[in-house]
Amino acid sequence: MSQDHTHNHGDHHQQTFLEKYIFPVDHKRIAAQYLTTGMFMGLLGGFFAYVFRSQQAHPGHEVPLYGLVNANQYNALTTSHGTLMIFWFAMPVLVAAFGNFLIPLMIGADDMVFPRINRLSYQIFFLSTVILIASFFAPGGAFGGGWTAYPPLSSTAQFSTTPWGSTMWIVAVGLEFVAFLLGGINFIVTLMNARAPGMRMYDIPIVLWTIVIASILFMASVGPLLAGAIMLIFDQTMHIGFYDPQKGGDPVLWQHLFWFFGHPEVYVVLLPAMGIVAEIITVFSRKKLFGYRTVLFTMFGTGVLSFVVWAHHQFIAGIDPRMSNLFTVTTILISIPVTEMCFVYIATLYKGSIELTTAMLFALSFLAAFLMGGVTGIFLGASGADTYLHDTYFVIAHFHYTFVPIAILAGLAGMYFWYPKMYGRMMNETLGKIHFWGTFIPFNCIFIPLFYTGAAGDQRRVYNYENFPHTATDLHYLRQFATASVIVMLLFQIPFLYNYFVSMFKGKIAGKNPWQSNTLEWVAESPPPHGNFSEFPNVYRPPYEYSVPGRDKDFWPQNEPT
Amino acid sequence: MMEHVITEASSYAAQIDHLIDLIFIIVGVWFLAAEGLLFYFIIHYRRKKQPQAGYVTGERLHHTKWIHRAHYGVILCDVFILYFAVLAWHHVKQELPEPETTIRIVGEQWAWKFTDPGLDNELDTADDVVTVDELHLMVNTVYNFKLEAKDVVHSFSVPVFRLKQDAIPGRVITGWFLPTKVGEYDIQCTQMCGLGHGIMGAKLIVETKEQHRAWLRQQHGGSQASVPNTNDIQNVSQNKPNGLFAKK
Amino acid sequence: MSFQRPMATERSATGISTCKLGVYWVIGSEIVIFGGLLAAYVMFRLAHGSWAHESAHTNVVAGGTNTLVLLTSSLFAVLAHQAAERKDTESAFKFLWCTIGGALTFLLIKSFEWGGEIHHGLTIHKSLFWAFYYTAAGIHAAHVICGAIIMAIIAADVKKHKDLQRVEAIGLYWHFVDIVWIFLFPLLYIAK
Repeated sequence: MSQDHTHNHGDHHQQTFLEKYIFPVDHKRIAAQYLTTGMFMGLLGGFFAYVFRSQQAHPGHEVPLYGLVNANQYNALTTSHGTLMIFWFAMPVLVAAFGNFLIPLMIGADDMVFPRINRLSYQIFFLSTVILIASFFAPGGAFGGGWTAYPPLSSTAQFSTTPWGSTMWIVAVGLEFVAFLLGGINFIVTLMNARAPGMRMYDIPIVLWTIVIASILFMASVGPLLAGAIMLIFDQTMHIGFYDPQKGGDPVLWQHLFWFFGHPEVYVVLLPAMGIVAEIITVFSRKKLFGYRTVLFTMFGTGVLSFVVWAHHQFIAGIDPRMSNLFTVTTILISIPVTEMCFVYIATLYKGSIELTTAMLFALSFLAAFLMGGVTGIFLGASGADTYLHDTYFVIAHFHYTFVPIAILAGLAGMYFWYPKMYGRMMNETLGKIHFWGTFIPFNCIFIPLFYTGAAGDQRRVYNYENFPHTATDLHYLRQFATASVIVMLLFQIPFLYNYFVSMFKGKIAGKNPWQSNTLEWVAESPPPHGNFSEFPNVYRPPYEYSVPGRDKDFWPQNEPT
Repeated sequence: MMEHVITEASSYAAQIDHLIDLIFIIVGVWFLAAEGLLFYFIIHYRRKKQPQAGYVTGERLHHTKWIHRAHYGVILCDVFILYFAVLAWHHVKQELPEPETTIRIVGEQWAWKFTDPGLDNELDTADDVVTVDELHLMVNTVYNFKLEAKDVVHSFSVPVFRLKQDAIPGRVITGWFLPTKVGEYDIQCTQMCGLGHGIMGAKLIVETKEQHRAWLRQQHGGSQASVPNTNDIQNVSQNKPNGLFAKK
Repeated sequence: MSFQRPMATERSATGISTCKLGVYWVIGSEIVIFGGLLAAYVMFRLAHGSWAHESAHTNVVAGGTNTLVLLTSSLFAVLAHQAAERKDTESAFKFLWCTIGGALTFLLIKSFEWGGEIHHGLTIHKSLFWAFYYTAAGIHAAHVICGAIIMAIIAADVKKHKDLQRVEAIGLYWHFVDIVWIFLFPLLYIAK
């Protein structure tokens, strides 16, 4: 019998609108704030992709709903697309929204341990969002130096022609980093300390491990870049010269600071995605996760190794070529723990009883697509091959085959899976399946052609391939096909948005545990009230005891006494 | 296989292509096997056919040995790929064969300036030929190049050579190539360098030695504007190797 | 509209208080930030022998005095923690304000130091060494200011017998600010 009591809400005044929706301290509301902002920015980033791909497909033609795209705008659009998608869509949705929503619920707590710092983290994030969007309207235009922002282009207005845009961009990114540092501290301490009685290390659901380890990875890698960002802002505003060779500085310093963060960052988003997928494939195959400890230790291994691979982004950047040999070895080797995680997930399906709900379809498609992303990484991690493929569309296709499964396929899987808990109603499965196929098929149609055009010589960030008359001239139809697929994929998000908003009011009532899952969030009401649990649960077993022989039910909730 | 996607026009293009082909085959096999297994499980264990799931902890050797075997297989393939990757890298980026000719390449916003040493085969002399956005090279000749950037980071890329090298302001980076096929090709800038990044292409003309000498003679006989000011050349080459991680 | 602390904050599966755990992670993230900045500085320093000439002009007396000031202020932070443990809120409040006094002294000495240097043309633009000098010491000073403000807020709560566990937490943070200075001082001032 739990010793904890909920605080008595009987004598609380009704929360005002401001308290409840604008300045909440409740983790579920903060999660909703991150989710809403993240989804909005994701759609904006998708719109930018539509615009610049349309320019590529029909150079010089007006793009419907936008207008003419000149060279400067093209650079700003591609830069903003990357920046938005990574920092304002993938991270807020996968780490902040799911982390905030799930952690207290899945450990059987009533909230995060620092609710006001939680609120502060969203407020700083919101501020960063406002600054970034404002930069689009700044004099000179939005920053267009690539999301990688290499100086001297990014540090010198004379070269970038975007003095305001450049500084607002880096300030927004820096603030976003601070917001996620604060949020991360909350996640880590909450998981470490506020677990339900009986929840030992190996009883923690994998998705919580992944979100917290991602937060630790983020924290350990972003520090140098935050320092580097301050140096960049000083270069931009005071012409100091940290990155200016004429003043004794070094442009390559930024590259090292950036990629030392940039590489662990991809695991910061990969890990939560894999966590979400683990929760879903166990529930919908009614099977224990294959090798929980293997998953955990390969996750640790990947995290640690991710700190020693960064210069594979810089093989031909002017670093000592001997260093490149070291980094190609570490980069190829990191494929090992990641592959192992994929194999273990596939093994979880073995002897399963698989129900293909929309959430499961998205989760499985993550595995199928991420495998493609992973193997194409080998081409780029091998230095001898990267010397050709670097900065081509092959790279773009590779990282979209990792990022899209991470942010979109796994993110959507999580949305469909936890929607009943968030809103108390079920989403429409038919619309869900239409959304799934309309997302997954066009996604492949966009990027498979781009592997080929990249290998044929298409370089990145080029607004008009007609300027390169000898390269891949007969492949223009592939570029156009990819662009058409972008439009199709964007249009198929409409059934999802419709489903999402209408089901909140018209969906079938979900009940507490519609998926018959073991983890603690399904013990609470749907949606959970402020404080989450009327009686705080204790934990008696690990999270994936499905289809245990000798039991009549094929699931065994963590909180059910033995 | 890669040679069907894009022409091989340098002495090391084939080695890089073979590396890419090798990786393609190895990862292709693993990819198809993994996807095959994934789809097989999805279909074979679907709810209609398997109403009751098994209880597999994934901690017994009976099951984990399959993961271990796959694991060791991946490591083996990784080592194999690494060997050929390092070999190719070493050949292209670490070796620097004795050149028959050395040229200078300067990237700036937004053009490529090439300096051919001229008939005396020496850079920074009166007979150097400076061209903008057009590079003339002799086939079957070992070239060294000295790559510089005037303002921001650019990147010199010749896809048909399979060559790419970033140009960093404040540094002179040396590399090499050996053109093997006569023809006209694209040079591209492959590092975001601002507004004109997308128009920073250049024409590469690989020609025979005779054609090249004829072209050089024509440059001097023709417009005086193409004869460079010696002072300009000296100023450009003042850039010393700098920075923390300078490549010598 | 009072904020009610959730039950989660009181739990402690690790045995360490939530408050302390939080501060440890804050310190962890700050270590990486300063670590990155200082690593960049050290690499530049090793590559540029001429910086030794520049750093000869730093004011070692001011820097050394400030080191003593910070160490003393850390001592007061420890005394404040001990007082809080005994529930002696009067003394804890006094000692916290002594620590803040140390912070103010540090900032005062620094403003005279920098005023003098700027007056002599040793500004942030003078050379990359001075750029690093002002950036690193400046970011450190910003942490001193924020730490002092937070400490004052905690002191006010302590006087009302509220949240005494935070005295230890802010003390830990203060020791970290101190340790950063212990690294900065030799790197910026002494290394010639």
